[in-house]
Amino acid sequence: MKPAELHFFIDPNRCIGCQACVQACSECDTHRGESMIHLEYVDRASSVQTVPVVCMHCDQPTCAEVCPADAIKRTADGVVQSARKPRCIACGNCVMACPFGVPEVYEDRQLMMKCDMCYDRTSVGKKPMCATVCPSQALFFGSREQIEQMRPQSMPANTFRFGNQTITTRVFTMIPKIGAQKQQYIDVTAAMDEEAWPRNVRLNVIGDAPLPSLTEAGLPLDPFAEMEV
Amino acid sequence: MATVPADKLKIIQRFGPHQNFMRGDQLSTSVEPDRLVKTHCCFCGQQCGIQLKVKDTPEGGEVIGFEPWEEFPFNRGMLCPKGIKRYLQGAHPDRLLTALRRDEGAESGFSAMPYQQAIEHVASEIGRIQKQHGNAAVGILGGASLTTEKTYLLGKFARVCLKTPYIDYNGRLCMVSAGAANKKAFGIDRTTNPWSDMVGTDVIWVAGSNVAECSPITTNYLWQAREQGAKIIIQDPRITPAARTCDLYLPVKPGRDAALFAGVLHLMIENDWIDRDFIREFTVGFEQVAEYCKQWTPAHTAEVSGVPERPIRKAAELWGTAKTSFLFHARGIEHHSNGVQNALGTINLVLASGRIGKPKCGYGTIVGQANGQGGREHGQKCDQLPGWRDISNPEHRKYIAGVWGIDEKDMPGPGVDAYEVFRKIDAGEIKGLISICFNPIVSLPDNTFVRRALEKLEFYVAIDFFLNDTAHHADIVLPGSLHEEDEGVVTQVEGRVIKINKAVDCPGEARQDWIVIQDIAKALDRPKGFEFRAPREIFEELRIASRGGVADYSGITYEKVERQMGVFWPCPSHDYKTGEPVPDHPGTPRLFERGSYNPTAKGAGPFYFSDGKARFNVADYRVPVDDISEEYPIFLTTGRVISQFLSGTQTRRIGPLVEQYPEPRIEMHPRLAAKLGIKDEDWTTAETRRGSITLRAMVATTIRPDTVFIPYHWPGKKSPNQLTVAAQDPISKIPQYKVCGCRVCKAEAAPEYASQLEPQQ
Repeated sequence: MKPAELHFFIDPNRCIGCQACVQACSECDTHRGESMIHLEYVDRASSVQTVPVVCMHCDQPTCAEVCPADAIKRTADGVVQSARKPRCIACGNCVMACPFGVPEVYEDRQLMMKCDMCYDRTSVGKKPMCATVCPSQALFFGSREQIEQMRPQSMPANTFRFGNQTITTRVFTMIPKIGAQKQQYIDVTAAMDEEAWPRNVRLNVIGDAPLPSLTEAGLPLDPFAEMEV
Repeated sequence: MATVPADKLKIIQRFGPHQNFMRGDQLSTSVEPDRLVKTHCCFCGQQCGIQLKVKDTPEGGEVIGFEPWEEFPFNRGMLCPKGIKRYLQGAHPDRLLTALRRDEGAESGFSAMPYQQAIEHVASEIGRIQKQHGNAAVGILGGASLTTEKTYLLGKFARVCLKTPYIDYNGRLCMVSAGAANKKAFGIDRTTNPWSDMVGTDVIWVAGSNVAECSPITTNYLWQAREQGAKIIIQDPRITPAARTCDLYLPVKPGRDAALFAGVLHLMIENDWIDRDFIREFTVGFEQVAEYCKQWTPAHTAEVSGVPERPIRKAAELWGTAKTSFLFHARGIEHHSNGVQNALGTINLVLASGRIGKPKCGYGTIVGQANGQGGREHGQKCDQLPGWRDISNPEHRKYIAGVWGIDEKDMPGPGVDAYEVFRKIDAGEIKGLISICFNPIVSLPDNTFVRRALEKLEFYVAIDFFLNDTAHHADIVLPGSLHEEDEGVVTQVEGRVIKINKAVDCPGEARQDWIVIQDIAKALDRPKGFEFRAPREIFEELRIASRGGVADYSGITYEKVERQMGVFWPCPSHDYKTGEPVPDHPGTPRLFERGSYNPTAKGAGPFYFSDGKARFNVADYRVPVDDISEEYPIFLTTGRVISQFLSGTQTRRIGPLVEQYPEPRIEMHPRLAAKLGIKDEDWTTAETRRGSITLRAMVATTIRPDTVFIPYHWPGKKSPNQLTVAAQDPISKIPQYKVCGCRVCKAEAAPEYASQLEPQQ
């Protein structure tokens, strides 16, 4: 298959937080010892949910648009490259501007580095390191036909809105189809509860206000709230 | 004299564990490897295919990185972080390059010793102890991370060279409950189906297995099955990463699994969700099991198991009404003094459904160690001979004695399990010990007792590539081989025999383990049967020894393994029915298919009993030993984290893995934490009848509020096995790691070790 027909798909629903992607990224031949992937717990105190973030490779990359040194280039096949060493002035504009929070400035070498979709591998038809090793295949690299055939319960999306900015990307995120959106098990006590089983508990996303009480959220009162443990 | 010869801190300073990071050629973006070696991961029982990048050097090569091996059918290039960073165990500053002898005069407690001198000293001490106290005064402890050739050789070494009955292995802590249950129910001990059978099933039940962290590659099979419509049931006291999005989560109370299975079977029978034709034609013993399950009404099951009635009913309905299914379990239900009964409980659910021995209908036990399957088949287990033969069976003894060229009467009888070996050391019966691939002072329960026993040994020799924590007690340490320094076969989780290939030479005076064992035999002046020149020669003898046994490898060759990318045993060299040679037997990916012929049933049926039928066994629920009480009101359970492996001898030396989860923490629900006045990261003490431990707290809603969890990969004051109970299953002798009563409080101060030790130490 031609490199241009192969795409990168992220499915956070599958992610198990194992960090195989992070460890494998640091084995890449172009930036050995450094990982370009961000893998974070959303809020470990209330869930095991983790989210892997690679560069989304925007069609109109904000990082490149704000770069005063014109150091960030997009290849003809749509891969946004790491900053070019002779040009980058490590000003950090790209770090501030990227809506996905991807680029990082490495102070020790005065250079922005980020995921380039393993260009050394993908440009010759191989899969990126992270998507090759990912044990849950939360990171998948393949064709549209493959993903549609293998993942009938979700669909790829690559349009994102941030305020007034709409961004389309080369990398896709998998969105559960209507009806396939499942509730998550977040608090064990919810599964221990005869009446309210199963139920959704809102994640306390970083930066959110403290959780409203369950009754305010329109959910049944937790009968285990006073449980002796 | 097996006390620790110097200050522990001084030993650690010299021998580690220290963290190793990428350096030199490993960091260079311009160094090309000279060779890519196709092999497998050295850690868990999934045995993912991997290619090691090797740079040739005058010292015999260095592994400088890895490349995914996408053609290998089980993992298709997928790897977990341990596999990715495993190569950092090579060229490690802690690597043992010489033999060591205990030396109280040396600051680090040990001095280097020429290899041959060390071997001769070992032989003379073993000879002395056996002469003074009898052959049985020397014990051997092996491990299930060794290649099958090494486990075979070790079993033979015990029975033929040392003539001691006392050999056992660390699979005793791992696979024996599953193995014993499989033997009782099926007459054969192997996962019944290849993992690919999971995809396309209606329902998958995961009983006590933190798949995402302990067998990560299985996650993709699980998710792929879900994409095709499978409902996923997960039973665990913690919401593990796979449980978060499962269809039905059963938050079982630690130690109550058998009750849950009986309750589900009760509902299946009540609703007639069972396959009566299958039960009649292919099984025996259903009536007794049905009778036992009568008492397990949903209300009673809910009360005992801690799972509410509604999910129990839902589980019974999902499982009972499915057309295809897969059930697998791991240590979560097996690490119990009721471990065999728990495993039999799952098998009863499978047999009642009739969904076994067909495509998309399977049952499996997830092995923990690299060779968890192969390592339990060919004779390093105390009651076993090669080919899954029984050391108490006169015919089996006769056959193996013939292969080994010894008089059957000279072969010792069954020994005792690994924990009992320590009880015998404590009682003064065993005075000399040889260990390889086993770190019992970290991995055995109630390890204060293990330490006491070690201190009583007259002579202890450890074979290892690093100075493991138990080897601190050794009189002699012999430098063995890393996984990438030797070749041989192992059998992975599905029952697929695969080939480990050598990438680099042993450094310094280190030797391949099978050479070390044979050198001891030679120095004892008993070299007969220990003159193999290569692992291939050992394997050729193993093929003959296994021929006609249940675990029949006789039709497997190194070439066939490489050509087929693995061969599922049984793979006979001669047709069971006709006795004719079958050199091209492809192996047996799926067991118990209708009409299949096996040498035990001889055509009577697909299962490995003389009548060809599977056995239902009453899977009796028993209250755990040292259960919660007024004094110790909280369940303590233990397990793994993704970035560490077993006792950490290897993974606590790999920097990027240490950074991922540096130190053990006590995981607890915020409701319990609030009651105890503990906040996330607070120093917290957990205490049982056997000891106490102080670690930082990790507060999260993903664990039952009546339970705390501590991962077990660390030694000394960070080892939760100071707390665990040495109660064992009466049949399998597996220790009850997964439950005991404990109490928890906020610590008054940081523990002393916090200022002295690095996280991995």
